[in-house]
Amino acid sequence: MSRLIGLTGNEAIAYAVKQSNVDVVAAYPITPQTIMVEAFSGYVHDGEVNTEFICVESEHSAMSACIGASLTGARVFTATSSQGLALMHEMLYIASGLRCPIVMGVANRALSAPINIHADHSDMMGSRDCGLIQIYGESAQEAYDWTIQAFKIAEDPKVLLPVSVNIDGWSISFSMEGVKVLEDDEVTKFLSTRKPVLTISSDRPITVGALCLTDYYFEMKRQQVEALKDSYSVIEDVTKEYEALTGERYGFIETYGVEDAEAGIVCLGSAAGTAKAVAKNLRSKGKKVAVIKPWFYRPFPMEDILKAVENLKALAVLDRACSFGAPYGALCSDITAALYQYGKDLKVFNGIYGLGGRDITPFDIEAIFNEALEVAKTELVKESLKFIGVRE
Amino acid sequence: MGLSESKPGWKSIPMGGILLEPGSALNYKTGDWRAFKPIVDQNKCTNCLLCWIFCPDAAINRLEKFVEVNYDYCKGCGVCANECPVKAITMVEEKR
Repeated sequence: MSRLIGLTGNEAIAYAVKQSNVDVVAAYPITPQTIMVEAFSGYVHDGEVNTEFICVESEHSAMSACIGASLTGARVFTATSSQGLALMHEMLYIASGLRCPIVMGVANRALSAPINIHADHSDMMGSRDCGLIQIYGESAQEAYDWTIQAFKIAEDPKVLLPVSVNIDGWSISFSMEGVKVLEDDEVTKFLSTRKPVLTISSDRPITVGALCLTDYYFEMKRQQVEALKDSYSVIEDVTKEYEALTGERYGFIETYGVEDAEAGIVCLGSAAGTAKAVAKNLRSKGKKVAVIKPWFYRPFPMEDILKAVENLKALAVLDRACSFGAPYGALCSDITAALYQYGKDLKVFNGIYGLGGRDITPFDIEAIFNEALEVAKTELVKESLKFIGVRE
Repeated sequence: MGLSESKPGWKSIPMGGILLEPGSALNYKTGDWRAFKPIVDQNKCTNCLLCWIFCPDAAINRLEKFVEVNYDYCKGCGVCANECPVKAITMVEEKR
């Protein structure tokens, strides 16, 4: 049975963590994520959870404490954003390298300089190659649902990797919505307790984080590649099980209108909501447009995206982070690599949008759809890398 | 250093570089890092054990009347020779 309650994106993640029987939370507040930690510390204070809450002096320490806790077999959560995630950077590699299934809520925010507190994906894209699983939610509801599923994905013995649940700062982190939540015992049953594979314990001593030089390091990294690959089937199973429980259907990507569309937009997070609304309006006027929203950026849902673009003639990929000096933003680079690998001749252009919290409006999206339709018709990409909504 | 065929592949080693056997650092003989080798003159050694206290690698063995160096783990830092009050230890360049 589910109930509908009013929650912001941050509160939705905190509420999901509360229901997930987390053993340890170590986190440091940073706008626009602060409420995630604040709301959860409230649950600790009020005795609503049996969680060890560790107040730390920085995000570097937060992730370090989480790694230590996770290695003892605990279920662990942390949350951060922007500069905090950047400060965590070296510990993220250690969390994934030591195979710690830590779940991390991230309210995505721009990186300094110049200092800015608003949304874009530069923070998480900067951690692209840390070996984390990356999930992007479009709404508070998705943030809630994914946080619960994230623990189950992370802690599966085939995976054992950190998972980040990303929401756009402000537009999702601070916006209140009606969120359908499960009863506590339903979540307890869905997640059960973590069953660790190897743990630090005085009964059976192990060495963690030993020096690993030219003769073994590469093999460890190869294992991580496999863990990400193995996570595909785990994610499939977990989302199916969650659907059976809630009726909410999740997967690697969400699509809208791809069956008969000529042109589509791919984007992560909250912009997909705007894109779907605009697509609906355009489709009512006979324009055949589609939206593809990857829920997962890592592991990259290559097969699902290829299947989704099967009937399209043109694709606009929107990136909310800039990869300076690169041909495209990160998402577009991965998509074009996938298309090339499968010999798919689809005209693609990349739009960088929304840096530092700049709004992407329905008018912007409509213009992108129209341009994509033009590309589909002419088979000619005039501008492969565009900057949407920036003053010249 | 490159690929060593004699070592196990990624499928058969514990994940995350975790070592299941405690105390395995003993198997890592760090003595081959050494560029200078401490030689103890057992006639000069008074068995005061300052070198034994100062050695950062616990590579000095105590014998009944003098000390000896455990060359399996001595990295040749020279702290022992520096601390020896009777100059019983000299550092000699390793010939390899």
